[in-house]
Amino acid sequence: MTSIQTLSRGLDPLRTTLDNGVVILAQESRAVAAIALNATFFAGSVHDAENLPGVAYLTRRTIDRGTAIRSADDIAATLDDRGVSLRTAVTRHTLSLSCLCLPEDFDEVLALIADIARHAVFPELELEKQRQEAITSLREDQDDPARVAYDTLLDLLYGRDHPYGRRVKGGLEALEAITRTHLVDFHRRRLTPSSLKVAVSGDVSAESAVASAERAFADWVGPVAENEPIAPPQDRRSRSCQSIAMPGKAQTDIAYGFAAVRRLDPRYYAYWVMNDILGQFGLGGRLAENIRERQGMAYYAYSTIEPAEGEGALVIHAGVAPENVARTIEAIDTEVRLLGREGPTVNELEETRDSLIGAIPRMLETNESIADFMLFAEQFALGLDYHHRLPGLLQQVTMDDVKEAAADILNPARAAVAIAGPPS
Amino acid sequence: MSPAAAPVTSNVRREVLSNGLTVLVQELHTAPLASVWCWYRVGSGDEPPGLTGISHWVEHMNFKGTEQIPRDRIKGIVEKFGGMWNGYTWVDQTTYLETASSAALDQMLFIESQRMSASLFDAAECEAERTVVISELQGGENDPDQVLDIELTATALQTHPYRHPTIGWLHDLRSMTRAHLYDHYRRYYVPQNATLVVVGDVDTDDVLRKVEAYFEPIPGCEVKHYERPEERPQDAERRVLVEREGATGYVKIAYPSPAAGDPEFFALLVLDAVLTGAKGLSLWCAFRGAPPQRKSRLYTALVGRGLASMVSGALLPTRDPFLYTLSFTAADGVALRALEDVALEEIERVRTEGVTPQELARAKRQLKARLVFENDSVTSVAHQLGYFETIAGAGYLEQIGSRIASVTLDQVGEVARQRLVAQKRTVGWFRPMAPR
Repeated sequence: MTSIQTLSRGLDPLRTTLDNGVVILAQESRAVAAIALNATFFAGSVHDAENLPGVAYLTRRTIDRGTAIRSADDIAATLDDRGVSLRTAVTRHTLSLSCLCLPEDFDEVLALIADIARHAVFPELELEKQRQEAITSLREDQDDPARVAYDTLLDLLYGRDHPYGRRVKGGLEALEAITRTHLVDFHRRRLTPSSLKVAVSGDVSAESAVASAERAFADWVGPVAENEPIAPPQDRRSRSCQSIAMPGKAQTDIAYGFAAVRRLDPRYYAYWVMNDILGQFGLGGRLAENIRERQGMAYYAYSTIEPAEGEGALVIHAGVAPENVARTIEAIDTEVRLLGREGPTVNELEETRDSLIGAIPRMLETNESIADFMLFAEQFALGLDYHHRLPGLLQQVTMDDVKEAAADILNPARAAVAIAGPPS
Repeated sequence: MSPAAAPVTSNVRREVLSNGLTVLVQELHTAPLASVWCWYRVGSGDEPPGLTGISHWVEHMNFKGTEQIPRDRIKGIVEKFGGMWNGYTWVDQTTYLETASSAALDQMLFIESQRMSASLFDAAECEAERTVVISELQGGENDPDQVLDIELTATALQTHPYRHPTIGWLHDLRSMTRAHLYDHYRRYYVPQNATLVVVGDVDTDDVLRKVEAYFEPIPGCEVKHYERPEERPQDAERRVLVEREGATGYVKIAYPSPAAGDPEFFALLVLDAVLTGAKGLSLWCAFRGAPPQRKSRLYTALVGRGLASMVSGALLPTRDPFLYTLSFTAADGVALRALEDVALEEIERVRTEGVTPQELARAKRQLKARLVFENDSVTSVAHQLGYFETIAGAGYLEQIGSRIASVTLDQVGEVARQRLVAQKRTVGWFRPMAPR
């Protein structure tokens, strides 16, 4: 029996590809009497038309509001009666429907998700409601200094012409211009069997989960969704900085960053380790040690690196009092320059590698995280045994690799810096 | 029966050491991990005027070095074992955690034993942390919803210390001294006031032997809590208006809520599920997204009709009576008055008519599912064990499922009739102003 013992040793997923291209991944785990379900399409904001960003986002918001055989109210009743909260999400590259359910509800919830994915009808009335909610959500983003700083940084790094510079939520004008026809067309073109991966993890046998998913999706016929490669962003030769004044705010947010490497670039693991040292290890790596611990300037200072199809961003985030903005940027420059020029210490490299490798069991603990991990490995073709290979891949990262990665990217003279907060 | 069907907290070992420290151990061999939490029965509800925010600031100082772990060596101890660590403070508790490979059990227990007995509170570190805490407060002020919540709570409660925010008032954060912080630490960080929880891939007897080795040497002593003043009954509606630069309007309506130990708590929990969807009972899992709520009454009435873009209800288990708060984000262009009127109409309808048997069944089903979902990791299970031991005492957590199941239609109707009355409510508005 695959079960609790299996997970103590790692995953042992079952993978099946249907004739129509749907990939099904299933992992049995009896730890909790629940099942995580995640249906993810390769369909995101990069597939929006350049002049109409936000179509993928509104598709995501409206997709579960009616199918050919179920009204929005029927769908709501099926979910609410079972305590299921269906999360719909869209990123640059993916649109997903995911939830947790009790084992006795699995078949019914899976059938509902399949119906939504395949037969969404995007009723006009529901689209109007979602459009209004989307506009409210956009306005909230525009009032959030952290969000404004991050979006401005993406503008500086990629420009609005690049798919990664485009806002997932589009903009006010685009949200108002999108029609039902746009959603129906996006659904038809992008939400197709060949772009769908279904992951199931939890209190169900892998064989039985695959059989259920096969019943739900095997007879679906649809076009093959074409995928354009993501062009690299323009080379940055100089530093750029932009400030956005937000009256009435108490604190300033800083987003400071660079375009990094593609997830499938062999250097990615060195970048991952380097970013951990810069702004993750402990409560925020070297950045938090300087800005929070030594100088007491910020509650948070950390960095993230985005694993993406194209050159995702390495972003440093800090929230500080307005009078400390200049000192904080100086501190970021110092840490970026130092790691870029000298690389990490031997101790930092060893501790970070141990920490990232040791964290793998935590990453695979819950049903939702197992489903996410399987989908991530599938998206980047990392293989069913990725969790077994990952420790070795991290272990192979050498001091020279990390130094090279740091030297490649960490140069304050080429940084993009976005600042949003109270006017000075 | 599937092996997963048994409740994960069905076999907890509970011991009390000679110095008064309560220890809870739960073996869970689902992953090679262990989670260690140390809970202290002190939070912002125990703070006297002038010292608001002290529990939270002390929590920060407890990451700044101990006699045997210098500040710059804290990082790395559990990270080497793939671990994470953190802490949080709320109204009734301050708590610290590490989750890592179970091979790090010794290190995790060592850190917590040091934290209980030997934190340094270096004067310069206390000063540096003052600005960090103030920065945290100002970060919260960037969020209009949070600003309104603080104003609403301080308006709804007049005497009970739950009225001030956990982070404290700015004036107190500017004036508190190192001596205040250290006194607070010494007063409350003693074995009798703490619960140590260990959950994961461990052997219970081995855990208890190690816990004794690390914690028995810490001397026990009496804990003197300040007496919390009772909140005086509210007899008329209160209102608060916040006007600031912003983009979106928010409305909140709060009613006094029963303490976790009050039998009415579970009826109100079911009522909240009917009004806004079930959230479960884990503060640790509370931020994972919207509950199942599209058939709930307030969602249908407000989001369904395009008046609001978001509806939520917050009923959290606390030691003393607190607030049941309903929150609404106004849809773009909708007047706050129109939103409030419809929300109050719905509330009045449930107050006078009660809920239907179908709604009761749905709410219970949702809560049952949520209780399962929130036990999905050793960290979450350990949180729930420590949380309820700290705020409600031994045995409470195990009864939650059956107490929800036994709530009747009449009890839900009665709690709506008694509690959702106009004279007891506090209404808050955040009205956005155009930038000046």
